[in-house]
Amino acid sequence: MALTGLFLCLFLVVHLAGNLQLLDASPEGRLKFNAYAEFMTSFPLIKVVSYVLYFSILFHAFDGLLLALQNRRARPVRYVKEKPMANRTWYSGQMAVLGTLVLVFLVIHMKSFWYEMHWGGLPKDADGNKDLFTVVNAAFHQGWYVALYVGMMGVLAFHLMHGFQSAFQSLGLNHPRYTPLIKNVGILFAVMVPVLFAMIPVWMFYFNA
Amino acid sequence: MKLTLKIWRQSGPNDKGRMETYPIDGIEEDMSFLEMIDVLNLQLVREGKDPIAFDHDCREGICGMCSMFINGEAHGPGRGITTCQLHMRRFKDGDTIFIEPWRSGSFPVIKDLVVDRGAFDRIQAAGGFVSVNTNGNLVDGNALPIAKDHADTAFDAATCIGCGACVATCPNGSAMLFVAAKVSQLSLLPQGRPEAKQRALAMVEQMDKEGFGNCSNTGACEVECPKEISLEHIARMNREYMAAAMTKE
Amino acid sequence: MTQLDSKVPDGPLEQKWTKHKNSIRVVNPANKRRIDVIVVGTGLAGASAAASLAELGYNVKTFCFQDSPRRAHSIAAQGGINAAKNYQNDNDSTYRLFYDTIKGGDYRAREGNVYRLAEVSANIIDQCVAQGVPFARDYGGLLDNRSFGGVLVSRTFYARGQTGQQLLLGAYSALMRQVGTGKVQQFSRHEMLDVVIVDGKARGIIARDLITGRIERHGAHAVLLCTGGYGNVFFLSTNAMGSNVTAAWKAHKRGAFMANPCYTQIHPTCIPVSGDHQSKLTLMSESLRNDGRIWVPKKKEDAEAVRAGTKKGVDIPEEDRDYYLERRYPSFGNLVPRDVASRAAKERCDAGFGVNKTGEAVYLDFSSAIERYGRTEASVRKIEDPSTEEIIRLGRDVVSAKYGNLFDMYANIAGENPYERPMKIYPAVHYTMGGLWVDYNLQTTVPGLYALGEANFSDHGANRLGASALMQGLADGYFVIPYTIGDHLAADIRTGPIDTERQEFSDAERAVRERIDKLIEVQGSTPVDVFHKRLGKVMWDKCGMARNAEGLQQAIQEIRQIREEFWKDVRVTGTANAFNQELEKAGRVADFLELGELMCKDALERQESCGGHFREEYQTEDGEALRNDTDFTYAAAWEWTGDPGGSNLHKEDLDYQFVKPTQRSYK
Repeated sequence: MALTGLFLCLFLVVHLAGNLQLLDASPEGRLKFNAYAEFMTSFPLIKVVSYVLYFSILFHAFDGLLLALQNRRARPVRYVKEKPMANRTWYSGQMAVLGTLVLVFLVIHMKSFWYEMHWGGLPKDADGNKDLFTVVNAAFHQGWYVALYVGMMGVLAFHLMHGFQSAFQSLGLNHPRYTPLIKNVGILFAVMVPVLFAMIPVWMFYFNA
Repeated sequence: MKLTLKIWRQSGPNDKGRMETYPIDGIEEDMSFLEMIDVLNLQLVREGKDPIAFDHDCREGICGMCSMFINGEAHGPGRGITTCQLHMRRFKDGDTIFIEPWRSGSFPVIKDLVVDRGAFDRIQAAGGFVSVNTNGNLVDGNALPIAKDHADTAFDAATCIGCGACVATCPNGSAMLFVAAKVSQLSLLPQGRPEAKQRALAMVEQMDKEGFGNCSNTGACEVECPKEISLEHIARMNREYMAAAMTKE
Repeated sequence: MTQLDSKVPDGPLEQKWTKHKNSIRVVNPANKRRIDVIVVGTGLAGASAAASLAELGYNVKTFCFQDSPRRAHSIAAQGGINAAKNYQNDNDSTYRLFYDTIKGGDYRAREGNVYRLAEVSANIIDQCVAQGVPFARDYGGLLDNRSFGGVLVSRTFYARGQTGQQLLLGAYSALMRQVGTGKVQQFSRHEMLDVVIVDGKARGIIARDLITGRIERHGAHAVLLCTGGYGNVFFLSTNAMGSNVTAAWKAHKRGAFMANPCYTQIHPTCIPVSGDHQSKLTLMSESLRNDGRIWVPKKKEDAEAVRAGTKKGVDIPEEDRDYYLERRYPSFGNLVPRDVASRAAKERCDAGFGVNKTGEAVYLDFSSAIERYGRTEASVRKIEDPSTEEIIRLGRDVVSAKYGNLFDMYANIAGENPYERPMKIYPAVHYTMGGLWVDYNLQTTVPGLYALGEANFSDHGANRLGASALMQGLADGYFVIPYTIGDHLAADIRTGPIDTERQEFSDAERAVRERIDKLIEVQGSTPVDVFHKRLGKVMWDKCGMARNAEGLQQAIQEIRQIREEFWKDVRVTGTANAFNQELEKAGRVADFLELGELMCKDALERQESCGGHFREEYQTEDGEALRNDTDFTYAAAWEWTGDPGGSNLHKEDLDYQFVKPTQRSYK
């Protein structure tokens, strides 16, 4: 879980860096984004990495759900009265639920863009690349779709808030001196990455023609 | 003090069990929580009713026998204490108190609030020791100096009383803190180093066999642990375990 | 009356144990596999014995009433364990530890046993270190020591305030290792209810599975009782709730003599009783007396004001405080042995100077220590002209590092901050020096039946020194019984497994069943605890810190009365064939009701004061214990004859060849 989790965190950063190009809605910006998308789907090394990524996502999801199932079985009779807030953050106890939501979102998200990019009949832009920008732009001009994105980024934020530092702990990387730092970086990461992701649809909704 | 107690009653392992309500009066602030149960039990015996079965022994927070889930928390409210160290001054007149047994598939209920924690003994037997026989000719205790910080950290882990609050409180029913405390203690001491890898593998294997849940690092165990054992020990066990698993022949 | 033979070999003190080991029989490794040993109780003595015997190759079965062997009450020992290592270069030696223990025991212990204890003490530390016991260490990484009451050297090894827990976990880990190899079969939640004697030898036990109520027979070639002390006869004590005399008492009824039952240790530093609801008392380590000063107000009106709640201890000026231990015992001061410190507290409280609501408490004050440590710390940190607040802050940090867990415990129980106000303490029953009579081999008067640790009477005489209980439990289990048991078992290499279908087993089982049924059938109206509390009060008032002939005679009558009422009116709910904690308690209290009488009888018989046994009729002019060496230099071993009042006295004369008994002086 920890290794795939951290790999997915790394992916988020790369993904975010690419997506931030969407903020530049000038004609050159659009072409640049489409070229980038084309590159990401065709360059062999990236392709290899992307297979690792697919595997990670699937492993992370299935293993996570399997563990959650085992954990449920470990306590066949539940407490009548439980006070989880007394000893843990609510989201640390809801990783499976948060993770499942993220997974559902991922399916929608990949259908909308990843599937279209690979197998959808996208029009070509001036440089002859598939015009993903236009597809994204169109999608992010639907209010409910933007709201879904923003909401889901909130879910992701909580998943990361626990997941980031938890991964280090699972890998045994705990040290009185560095663990507080890891925890703070984790919180920063869990807030910044989803906020920046969420900014893209909001920005496009309001500012991109 | 007048209280309403809602207590789990279960006549035996095959009974389904249920919460029952007991009003109680005349409770003093200086009483410990278990003394409050004593008062209730005296009352029940006088009425010819079956008293509440509960585990307890030393009543000074060290034997690890007492084990109640009180108002949704292992060993009740308060940090760094066992149920026997919980005093009634933490409650107010008129309070309703929920009392349940530890809940874990690996800790089957024997009766009422009494559970079977034999799984912990079996984990210990799997590797929670240094393989040294009784020997009248060992090297002197001072032959191997141990850095004070190592000795102190090992001690922090060694304070585990094996009460099972970590399992009871973990949303996943995981026993990682208990197992880690022993693995970590012995791995920090030179005497325990030679078997460190084997120990981590064997104890974790037995833990999994017992059916405990998985650690998802919620940290609830650390908060409810009456000896405040740190998650740092779980990380140390993870390190030991991974190193052992990767180099196993 | 017969004279008992202790089997201590002749010869110089230092050579006795070696000589003995060389002369006793040994069982060869192949034959050990054919021999079964039962160990009852899994505290320090039991766990260490069981592990060591299994390592040697014997087949061992262990029994404990708790849910895990790790929970035995050895776990609660806080302060430390003595060993004559002389690490501090303060002139400690085996002889000095021996001498201190004999003197501390007020010259009522057996010289040979005590010397052996001191001799093996150093091995214990090495053994525990090798097991991974995290003893306190100094900055150089070496083992640290502290000092304890009644001695002039620092020889106590410790693991913060939970030495007992750490040592027991070491022994428990060794035991569980043997459980893992299959050499030990461990029976938790099992209570021994009888010992079975076949042809004059202990050949097994009858035990009750506390979960199902099933009565089981277990056969073995030897039975070891490592079942601790009987302090719970007083109801309120620092013992665990489950600590009981039952196993030892059943053995007594089957022919094992009970020695010196009246020797009870009252520990001076316990948290005072707060009310009738109290179920047990909590001890605070004697190590607190290293730095804490004990006092009561000098003026009666101050004491009265404190009791009435109109004045606080902190407000009483220095010149109005009576540091009575420092006053009475200038050379040992607050570090006098436990019996002396306890009696002195009682004396002050009886005289009307007690400081809590009940009038039964004295102050244990850390303010001078805080100030002293604060000044040292300030100078270490090169703080010039530190303010009082700064000194106190620094001092509190030091005190907290040393005793933090004890202070927290006190604050939690008493609801007061001990850093700001002096703690209140009062003596409480803590340990019983008496127990089953054993010879040098730790064998009781029943062949094949052994008693180890607190369950026997052998090493502490009339008073035990602090940090010596852990030492004795582990010495017996690790380093004595593995040798001495061979002498008995060597005769059993051809015996074969013990047949539990024999008549003796069925008779014993039937007796156990009948007694359980009898307890349930009374169906009276009074819960078990009520009888236990009544017994406890009689014992504490009349056979506690101070005793006299009249009180003891009364106590015997009262105990008989309570016993009679118990068997007529006790209410045990539930059934015999199920988990039934009331039934467990009832059986134990029934045994305490017999033991209590024997304790009083023993106390009455011993017309002298020694150690924990203080007869008011026998004291010096300034109130110190007055021994009578001419008539009472013996261990009193009682033989059961059918009722406690009619027990027969047997004597083991204590022959002091190496130490000359003198009036103990800590002045």
